[in-house]
Amino acid sequence: MKRVITVTVINQSGVLNRVTGLLMKRQFNIESITVGHTEQQGVSKMTFIVNVEDEAKIEQLVKQLSKQIDVIKVNDITDKSIVMRELALIKVVAPPNLRAEINSIVDPFRGSIIDMGKNVVTYQIVGNPEKIDAFIELIRPYGIKELTRTGVTAFVRDAQLKPSPQLSILQ
Amino acid sequence: MNAQVPLKKQQPATDQEVDHECKASKTGAEIFVESLQNQGVEIIFGYPGGAVLPLYDALYRNPVKHILARHEQGAIHAAEGYARVSGKTGVVIATSGPGATNLVTGITDAMMDSLPLVVFTGQVATTVVGTDAFQEADIVGITQPITKHNYQVKNVQDLPRIIKEAFHIASTGRKGPVVVDIPKNIANAIFDSNAVEEATINLPGYQPTLHPNYLQIKKAVSLLSEAKQPLLLVGAGVLAADASKELTEFVEKYNFPVVNTLLGLGSIDGNHELFLGMAGMHGTFTANMAINNCDVLLNIGSRFDDRLTGNLKKFAPNAKVIHIDIDPAEIGKNVPTEIPIVADAKEALLALLEQTFEVQDLTLWHEYLHECQEEYPLWYDDDGDGTIYPQYAVETIHRLTNGEATIVTDVGQHQMWTAQYYPFKKDHHWVTSGGLGTMGFGFPAAIGAQFAHPDEKVIAIVGDAGFQMTMQELALLKEFKLPVKIFILNNSCLGMVRQWQETFYEERYSSSLVPVQPDFVKLADSYGIKGYKVEKVDDMEAVFKEAIESDEPVLVDCRVKELTLVNPMVAPGKGLSEMIGVKKG
Ligand SMILES: Cc1ncc(C[n+]2csc(CCOP(=O)(O)OP(=O)(O)O)c2C)c(N)n1
Ligand SMILES: [Mg+2]
Repeated sequence: MKRVITVTVINQSGVLNRVTGLLMKRQFNIESITVGHTEQQGVSKMTFIVNVEDEAKIEQLVKQLSKQIDVIKVNDITDKSIVMRELALIKVVAPPNLRAEINSIVDPFRGSIIDMGKNVVTYQIVGNPEKIDAFIELIRPYGIKELTRTGVTAFVRDAQLKPSPQLSILQ
Repeated sequence: MNAQVPLKKQQPATDQEVDHECKASKTGAEIFVESLQNQGVEIIFGYPGGAVLPLYDALYRNPVKHILARHEQGAIHAAEGYARVSGKTGVVIATSGPGATNLVTGITDAMMDSLPLVVFTGQVATTVVGTDAFQEADIVGITQPITKHNYQVKNVQDLPRIIKEAFHIASTGRKGPVVVDIPKNIANAIFDSNAVEEATINLPGYQPTLHPNYLQIKKAVSLLSEAKQPLLLVGAGVLAADASKELTEFVEKYNFPVVNTLLGLGSIDGNHELFLGMAGMHGTFTANMAINNCDVLLNIGSRFDDRLTGNLKKFAPNAKVIHIDIDPAEIGKNVPTEIPIVADAKEALLALLEQTFEVQDLTLWHEYLHECQEEYPLWYDDDGDGTIYPQYAVETIHRLTNGEATIVTDVGQHQMWTAQYYPFKKDHHWVTSGGLGTMGFGFPAAIGAQFAHPDEKVIAIVGDAGFQMTMQELALLKEFKLPVKIFILNNSCLGMVRQWQETFYEERYSSSLVPVQPDFVKLADSYGIKGYKVEKVDDMEAVFKEAIESDEPVLVDCRVKELTLVNPMVAPGKGLSEMIGVKKG
């Protein structure tokens, strides 16, 4: 099963290495990883998508990550109501005679054109990973020259649709 | 800042000015020594080299006792032995590159066995880090998965804080090794004492839980009070928390039987009537059957290592598990746990002792365990041919030291025999490499233990092969007049390897028989150390007695029966109830 994990870390040199090294040592499969600064100075946040076999494995992962001295907080946010975003840049073979057709595919995905050549167009798509997968599948027949994805970053929504366990105790 | 230094040389200053200057312009190296003194460090084990020359110069001028080992591996194992028996943090220093990489085995060993170490390594100057400079090794990268934490100092102003944090991290929570890598130019840099306030620890991501959750303690108590066949499994966590007294009080209060892990030995008197022995691969039959049959297993400070559990699917099949550990990641890692309790072992035992609860009638359970003990005690062959059986040699050492010596072993058959046949009277008297199983550990660790326990008998029981991995440290016995007694249980082979080849590889002794050995007595003699060789059981007692009673270092090359096995045994892949070699014949 896929899990979305966010890790809040102190922004020391080597901290990324520490976290990915740990995942490697404990044989976890990382599907994607993003990292960047947060609103707090000196604090960064990583978002992972990992593939694990069972609950026990994910519990181990969270505990092992929490144990790292430079890690402040680890959250498995998979079961929360979350916003997930990924960005993809896709260079598509788009000769002038097909461009209108291709753009009609791009529009519903709210993609934007960020570069254009004689026969190629580069689109930027932002959304959750499934949306990007779907877009790629639609555009593939036209010929993808180059593709790059950033990996997922995620947030817990302010208003949780599903009652969290804590709230249910209060009710 | 650097420009000030030559200036100072050119113009001799008045005394007052010098004093002022010194305060304002300490080097990183001086800060290093000062920080060690602030930490109360009494002894450092190390080996110098180019990148640490500034640090060694500061040590020369402002001494903290430094022990020059003969190999960095010897230095770090000595620091481990010191840490194990004293409970204090062991301190190691080595140069960059090869000096640092020679420490890797010891760092890993300390990580696996949760020993508090602070390891200082030299590094090439920050200006050339990353250029494959002479004797550069990425020791921070190399030790990242084998340390509790590590640092490279990039600014001399950070040095006091980093050293403070390193000692704090190493010695609290689940203890472990911390590496501090100090580039040479940082050691030489001038520290501006006006720029910083007193160094304070700043570790927002590190807050070990020491106190148990009250509700979890309540749950544990209710489970224990229902248990008809309760059992305590006690590991080194109890020793690290210095909780032997509380443990003994707790089990005596309720008459609970106890088994130990290899590293937990000594947490309860080895002759205590509630103690069933070591459990696991070479544990006692009774200890393993107790785990197999218990209905509630209270694990305090052990991490359910595979050498202890055997086949996990068959481990403690009837038991509900309560697990007390200071490291939450150990709970539920290998064995499903009903009641997790994250806490320091002593705090948890005190919380348990505060509760008073009724327990079930345990008579039948004790009767069963007693029958196991009567029927399947530890045993070994002795065909009376005049040769020395290694188990008997250990029993003799036990008798002659009254079970009170500090015993240090290397890794192999002799280690298991010592664990089996040397019941410890006291805690903190047992030093062995458990998690990593590091050959070469024993002898230097005994040196460290002797530094920590200067007035006690420290005995290194080692194998002929493992001893040869670090025997260069013999020089230290002479140099520092350390009365360590070395007993080589010499079976002329890599005994433990040979045992597995005999048992699982149809006696194909591939590279496990050692045809050439040094003359160990002459070797000792060449270092100015008294050596004995014994081959006949009739001569053993007298030699052992003389060795143990001596106030000097002594080496005994004790030739033992070669083809003996450590019994009983849980074969790999088997469960604890499937031991082989449980009875003679
Ligand atoms: C550094 C290292 N290399 C290899 C091993 C594998 N090993 C475990 S026990 C053993 C044999 C040890 O022989 P010896 O020191 O003579 O002790 P004995 O088993 O004979 O008592 C070996 C090779 C190890 N544990 N550590
Ligand atoms: Mg041997």
